[in-house]
Amino acid sequence: MPGPADARAAVVVDAVTKRFTLRHARSIKNMTVRRLRGEKLRERFVALDAVSATIAVGESVALLGVNGSGKSTLLKIISGVMPPDTGSVRVRGRIAGLIEVGAGLHPDLTGRENVFLNGAILGMDRAETLRKFDSIVEFADIGRFLDQPVRFYSSGMFMRLAFSIAVHTDPDVFLIDEVLAVGDPLFREKCIERLREYRRSGRTMVIVAHDAKLLRQICTRGIFLENGRVVWDGDIDTAADLLVKKRQERRGKARPAAAPPTAAPPASGSSASGSSASGPGAGPAPSAGAEAGTGR
Amino acid sequence: MTAGAGLAGPGPADPGLVEPGLADPGLVEPGRGGGLAEVVRRRYLLRLIVRRELRARYQGSLLGLGWSYVRPAAHFSVFFFVVGVFLGMNKNVQHFPIFMFSGLILVSFFNETLINTTHSVIGNAPLVRKVYLPRELFPVASLLVSGVHLLPGLAIVLTVSITWGWTPSVVAVGSALLGFALIAVLGIGLGLMCSALHVFYRDTDKVVDIATLFVTWSVPMIYPWTVVRDTAPGWALDLYLANPVADAVLLFERAFWWPTTDRTFLFPPHLTRDGLISLALAVLLLGAGQLVFARLQRRFAEEL
Repeated sequence: MPGPADARAAVVVDAVTKRFTLRHARSIKNMTVRRLRGEKLRERFVALDAVSATIAVGESVALLGVNGSGKSTLLKIISGVMPPDTGSVRVRGRIAGLIEVGAGLHPDLTGRENVFLNGAILGMDRAETLRKFDSIVEFADIGRFLDQPVRFYSSGMFMRLAFSIAVHTDPDVFLIDEVLAVGDPLFREKCIERLREYRRSGRTMVIVAHDAKLLRQICTRGIFLENGRVVWDGDIDTAADLLVKKRQERRGKARPAAAPPTAAPPASGSSASGSSASGPGAGPAPSAGAEAGTGR
Repeated sequence: MTAGAGLAGPGPADPGLVEPGLADPGLVEPGRGGGLAEVVRRRYLLRLIVRRELRARYQGSLLGLGWSYVRPAAHFSVFFFVVGVFLGMNKNVQHFPIFMFSGLILVSFFNETLINTTHSVIGNAPLVRKVYLPRELFPVASLLVSGVHLLPGLAIVLTVSITWGWTPSVVAVGSALLGFALIAVLGIGLGLMCSALHVFYRDTDKVVDIATLFVTWSVPMIYPWTVVRDTAPGWALDLYLANPVADAVLLFERAFWWPTTDRTFLFPPHLTRDGLISLALAVLLLGAGQLVFARLQRRFAEEL
């Protein structure tokens, strides 16, 4: 197990199970029709199945898995957005979640107003926001757009502002979901640097991302989920290799005949890190969209 | 403005300002809502959300907050001409405009609260889904926004009644406060229930919409309560007066209209006592609303 200072836990996930109900019919008419046809009205599926994990203070942990494996659900349960059905979650200190880009940014408000509003949503008071305001704006690099409604921002600017506010809340536990998939390379570098600095300061991070290479850079520990169960919990490299392998398996299943780029390394075990480098370019963009769909 | 920010300043409940490692906040369950009490603790955020609602509502409109004058004015003129002039209520009720308007602003406040709170959680779906906040913030913010819209109407009522000889008195001010408290508590209590229900059944806002129609006509706002007394059987009158909104409207009339008249108009006996009983029941309803909301909010994120 990682980290010398893991005597104190930052996040304790204990046998968490979460089931979702898919309702096929909502209106009385549809319900009647389905019942007459003998179809099911609802279906339940298990998103998380007795997941346990303890994350120590100062650890940076990646949650990995293919789409629908339950990693976003787990992150939401840690953040408190949804409670587990059974089991328990406990967290130490202030948590700030960056669960999808700019959830708290309001399109009609200006960048300046959004800094205050989103800061307050993430738990900062006015004095703290004022103190950090310049630093937030500088990091976001939105310049003269600061007093424009966020609606007019480019997606990159939007994301930069959201990210900048979130990092400046200085949470004890920082939850990040899929936010690093967007943004220009330069800003991405800046974010990664910031996250590393953050890690060095002894704060705790839990990250969900599809980019194996990026996770290797930032995290020390990986938890690999499959169908709501923990398959691997340990060093990040093994977890990332597992992700690359699973993704290849999936791709192979999807189109067994034509897979020119991934067919090249048959000895995938040894060159896993090499093939994962090609992952971020091809992989994350489409899968991030699909994840957003299944994660809600 | 800044006083609130000072109050919302760093307190012991804010572990973010504590350097990690220095103080141990201990392990706690995330997302354990403290209900309305937590809303009070996070009043700085509440104020920003109220401001956002107001800003967003009038975004890009020429009149801006001026619309909150136009709506009651339009309501007023419709009722004034139809009921007051054409149906002759002006002759039956002294100072009919102020009689009607004092009730109208309160009923509008109630209806607006009910409609806005019902939509409040769904309207903030992106936040509810992704960030943990005490969700009671949203209905409470809607209540406060309606409260802001009540102010222009209240100013008009006061101005007109003062020109008609209104002076402050214990009965007037007390009645006004009791009427307002009754509607605010009732509104947020029902609003908490409706907003939570609306997440699961999108029929709720339709029901609320129809309910507001009944509210408008089932209170002594465009006709005096004596009309009901003189035409309906005794049990119907009891039922009519048991409506807390009717109590509140009567209280507002006693506060703003009655002092401007020759004071011969009789209110139902025990109006103050009934108002207080209604308020107590409204507080109970608020408690129930908080319970329902707290239960249902656990499933908000997956339902939205």
